[in-house]
This record gives sequence, structure tokens and C-alpha cells, in this order.
Amino acid sequence: MLLSIKNLHASINGKEILKGIDLDVNEGEVHAIMGPNGTGKSTLASVIAGRDVFEVTAGEIIYKGKNLLKLAVEERAREGIFLGFQYPVEIPGVSITNFMRTAVNEIRKYKGLDPLGGGAFLRLMEEKKKLVELTSNLANRSVNEGFSGGEKKKNEIFQMAMLEPTLAILDETDSGLDIDALRVVANGVNKLRTKGNAFMVITHYQRLLDYIVPDFVHVLFEGRIVKSGTKELALELEEKGYDWIRKEQTTDDRYQISDI
Amino acid sequence: MQGAVKQCITKELMLTLYGDRRAVISANDYPGLTALRDDAIRRFQELGFPTTKLEAWKHTDLKESFAKEYDVVLKADDAVDVQKVFRCNIPHLDTAIMGQLNGEYVSKDVPLMTLGNGIIMGSLAEAMKKYPALIEAHLGKYADSVTDSFTALNTAFSRDGVFIYVPDNVKSPKPVQIINVIHHDENLFLQSRNLIVLGKNSRLSLVHCDDSYNHQPSFSNVVTEIHLGEHAFMDHYKLQNLNNSSTLISSVYFQLEAAAGLESHYISLNGGLLRNNLRLRFNGPHGNANIYGIYLMDRKQHTDNQVFVDHAFPDCTSGELFKGILDEHSSAVFNGHVLVERNAVRTNAYQSNRNILLTETAKINSKPFLEIYNDDVKCSHGSTTGQLDQDAMYYLRQRGIGEESARMLLMYAYADEVIGKIAIDPLRRRVEDMVKKRLQGELQICEACVLHCNTPENPVEFTIDMTKI
Repeated sequence: MLLSIKNLHASINGKEILKGIDLDVNEGEVHAIMGPNGTGKSTLASVIAGRDVFEVTAGEIIYKGKNLLKLAVEERAREGIFLGFQYPVEIPGVSITNFMRTAVNEIRKYKGLDPLGGGAFLRLMEEKKKLVELTSNLANRSVNEGFSGGEKKKNEIFQMAMLEPTLAILDETDSGLDIDALRVVANGVNKLRTKGNAFMVITHYQRLLDYIVPDFVHVLFEGRIVKSGTKELALELEEKGYDWIRKEQTTDDRYQISDI
Repeated sequence: MQGAVKQCITKELMLTLYGDRRAVISANDYPGLTALRDDAIRRFQELGFPTTKLEAWKHTDLKESFAKEYDVVLKADDAVDVQKVFRCNIPHLDTAIMGQLNGEYVSKDVPLMTLGNGIIMGSLAEAMKKYPALIEAHLGKYADSVTDSFTALNTAFSRDGVFIYVPDNVKSPKPVQIINVIHHDENLFLQSRNLIVLGKNSRLSLVHCDDSYNHQPSFSNVVTEIHLGEHAFMDHYKLQNLNNSSTLISSVYFQLEAAAGLESHYISLNGGLLRNNLRLRFNGPHGNANIYGIYLMDRKQHTDNQVFVDHAFPDCTSGELFKGILDEHSSAVFNGHVLVERNAVRTNAYQSNRNILLTETAKINSKPFLEIYNDDVKCSHGSTTGQLDQDAMYYLRQRGIGEESARMLLMYAYADEVIGKIAIDPLRRRVEDMVKKRLQGELQICEACVLHCNTPENPVEFTIDMTKI
């Protein structure tokens, strides 16, 4: 098993967001995580990635047999965890080329490999740029600076292609994308799917799942996975809406969790 | 050195020295200059050295600098074997490197040269003898010896420095680099004076480097006057890479005539105490000046940038962007003052000072200030102080980049906004390199600076190839 999450509880500023998540992911699988706003989808992604603003209060995450919660953000990344950000950060002054070269070589160093030379690195960039249909001038610009929403998301997929993660978590990569950009993003993901890696696709809408077909669909609601199924569950959700989930759950109105 | 007296620098000492050695100091003066010196020493007598009681010196305390004893350099010893001290490849006279050792202009044979295109460059002392009228028309005309005590003291004592004259309509084909090296076995107190005059519609790129060669304490009080004639343009770079025991008071006075343009870059990489006093006057309409600064300080280093821009005429534009990264116990001051006079309508002016404090013990005092006397202006100012962007840190680390490297990338990116403005490509690449090394804590004096010096144990070698610049 690649990833095993058991009874995961996490909070921010003393407020509990995840209230007991259980989830297993195997190599070669695509899991879709769906659910209304503010139910903890992004928090789950952040906790797996290791963002330190969230405190894990109970439970465990085992990744490749290791206690993931003990690893620093960059160690998790070097172990093959990639997070496609919902809101990619703009970093003026750092070129994508320099950024990716540093990342690729730090990961290689961690794995005991020699750094990639300039020529080999540029060839790798060219190859991956084609894969995600990234225009070449984008690569010379500062990371995400002045990028359109679509460009930012394409850039996330490009980085994913460069780093070849074992577990890629895409946090609402589809939000704000027009249909063409969505197709490019989905094509990128599909080309990168192998038997050895896994994807967690977090999305609001069923639309993305027309392009990235999941093996499993989970519905996250108020910090718990309340329903799991196959891709048909996504269609059912699309049809019935999240109110269907809401009605099924006994909710406590005192808990109004804002979008984190 | 002749006249070297190693002691604490006090007002009384300066006054006594001036009284005793006036004949030596003014030996090469044209008649008007000695009178200028006498006036200046009187002003210095009234003003004294600044203390933190003065608003302009509130956050820069010279106590430690004054606690050391120094040799006061009045006149360089003629017997100094320049070749031996530099042992460097100062290229032949038609090249554009000008060397200064301990404030004095260094020449192999010719102290002052005239290039084919009419550009005159060399020793200011020599130029006073050869072109007294030209010097007299400018020297002391822009510097403030009335209210600034260090400038007054410099005017009284300084005997030499660099002189550059670019005639009307001449565009210097390559940048001129002034390399001011401080190297001596004893602590030095030095005062040098530079004068740079650009004729109408002329153009010059000037790279002005202040470097230490060893770890000996020094105290420099340098005044530079720069006059840009109508439609003249200057690309000006000030690179400061001094040892941690050095004190540098650098005052640069710019006067821009109508439609003159200036791009000035202050790059402070290292130094014990650096005080940059930059004063600029638009003396005609349609002038344009951009002043950029970056300072990277750590340990107990202190840097102080005082920038004053006087919009005395209409339709001028000025911009200031100063950025700092302060680590450990370092501190910095930014005082930006833009004065827009009553008749200076359609003025455009902005000031920005941004700082990153890497530790809780690093300190910044930032005061951008606009003083405006008419309504028809566009002015803005701002100052920010913060830490590295934590979202960006997380983003970089999520891609496998370690915390240290991520910090480095972000700090470098932050500095790059200023460094990116350097218009001379090889210089920009060199500075980028130096900044990277500086941020990694690798850059010490002499190492890897534009001088391409080696370690303090090795002789200085100037291997920078100006033909590539």
C-alpha cells in the first residue's frame, strides 16, 4: 500500500477541521475527493503535504511504510509527494527554470544521484513542456508571476511532470479553468499515470472526472469521509447535489466551518 | 605616510591639524580653493562631528568608529611603491579603470590623461594644476559644506581623488571604473574628493567601488560631486564591499541640469558602518533620476542611506527604490526626503523602501518623507518591513527544496528587483554572483568582488577585463 490514513484528526488555531479520516491508496489508483466547500478537502491535502499551520491531534499517515507525519515538507516531497496548489504562489524574481532545476537536483541529491547538468536539464524541461503544452516563454518568467489562472494550473502540472511524483495530490486544479485548459491539464495527468504512481484529485465538480477517470470517489463532509464508491458516485453527486449528502448526515448547525 | 599621527579623531584634533598643516594641505590649491577650505573648517568648527542628538544621525551612532585610533592621512607618501602595493594589472592608460589607494589617485606614470575623444580622467590634484578654471567652476559648488559637517571637513582637508570630465556631446564608449582600495598596516582616517563633470548631451557609465584589502580598521570620509549638463546621461553604480571594521561616510552630490538623466545604483554588500549620503538637485526642467539601492547586512553591520532629492524645477521625475535584507544583529536606516518646490509643477516622484528582517534582533529605521509646495504633482512613498513570504517558502519546500535553499532563492529573488536594473550585463552577472555568495555567507572582503582580488594573504590582482564590459 502506498498511503494509509487512519483516524486522522487535524485542527488549525484550535479548531478541528479533520475529524477522523480513513483512506487507503494503492499504486496505480486514482482517487477523487469530492465534497462541498469548507469540509476539509484542502486541509487533508495540506496535512499530507506537511503544512505546519495544521496540527495533527490524532491518527496516523503511513506512506511507503514510513510515518509521514515525522517528515518535513521537503522530505515528503523528496519521497515523491506532490501537491498541485489550489492557489499557486507567485514568486517574483525566481525563474521557473531556476526553481525547477533547484528542485530536481535537491530531490536527486536526496536519492543519492548526481545533479543533472545544464544540457540534460534543459532537454528534460523541453520534453515536459511539450507534454503539458506549456509555451516556452512561460518557463523564462518568474514563478506564476502575472500568470492567468489557466497558466498557473498548467504550470502546476508541468512541475508535476518534472518531478515525477509517486503520489500527486491535485487540489482543485480544475477550478477557474476553461474547457481547453481543463483538457490540457487532464491530458497531462493521464499521460503521467503509471502503474507505480497514484493520484488524489480534489474537485468540486464532476466535470474534471470526465477527463480523469477515477478508480474511487470519496465524499468528504464536515471532516469525515461519509461516502465512498466508484466513478458512478460522482455522477450521482452531480445529479443530486451536495444537499443529498447534507440531508443524509445529521448535522449540527452550530458548526459552520468556513472555507479554509 | 607623512604627517601620520595615530590618535582618536576629535574635533579639536582636526582643528589643530588644519592649523598646523594648512600649508601642506593647500600646497596645490588654486587661489579660490584655500579660501573655500578656510570657510569650511570654520563651519566644521561650529558644527563639530554629528551625534545621535541630530535628527539626521539619530539612528547612526559613530561612537565605536571614533573610539578607535587612526593615522590621519594628510598627504600620501611619494615613496609608496604603488606597483608593489597593488601588484596588479591596472591596464594601460587608455583603458577605463581608475585606481585609488587609500583615497589617493594611483597612476603608474601619468596622473592625468586626455583621451582621443576629449575625456579627461585622472587625479583631481593634478587637474587642479592643469585645468584650474574647469575645476573651480564645479568644485565645492554642489557639495554642502555649510550644514553637513563631514562634507565641510572633507572640503577643508581633501587633496586628491578622482577627476573625470566628459566634454559636450561625447559619449564614453565604455564604462569607467573607479576602484578605491583601502590597504594599510595601520588604521587609517582618510578623506578624498572626487569630481565628475559631464558636459551637455554627453554620456558616461561609472562604476565606483569601495573595497578593503585587509581587515585593518579604517574611517573614510569621501565626497563626490557630480554635475550632469543639459541632456547628459549617467549610469552610476556604487559598490561597497568593505571589511567589518571599516567606517565609510560617502556623500555624493548630484546636480542635474535641464533634461539630464541619472540611473544610480547603490549596492552595499559588506561594511562595518556605511553611511550613504545622496543629495540630488534638479537644476532645470525635464530631468529624470532613478535611484536604486540594495543592502545586505549581517553580524553587527550598520548601513544608513540618506537620500535627498530637490525638485527645484518643473517637469522632473524621480524614483527611489531601496531594499534591504538584515540578518543577525545588523541594523539599517533609510531616510528619503523629496522636496518639491513651489514652482516645480508636474513633478513625478516616488519613494519606496522595503526591508526583510531575518532575525528579531535586526533593526530598521525607515522614514520616507515628502515635502511638497505645489498642487500639480504626482508623488507617492511607502515603506514596508517584513519577513520572508511564508507561503512562498512552503511552495518551494513542497517541491523538494530544502529550507536553507528556499530561503536563499527567496532572498535572492527579492534582491533581484534592484540588481535586475543594472544595465551593464557583465557587471550585473558579477553582482548577481556576489549577492549569491554574500547571501550564502561566503563573500568576505576582497573575495569575489568586482576587483577579482584573491585572499587577503595574496597580492591584489586586478584581472577584471574591462574590454568585455
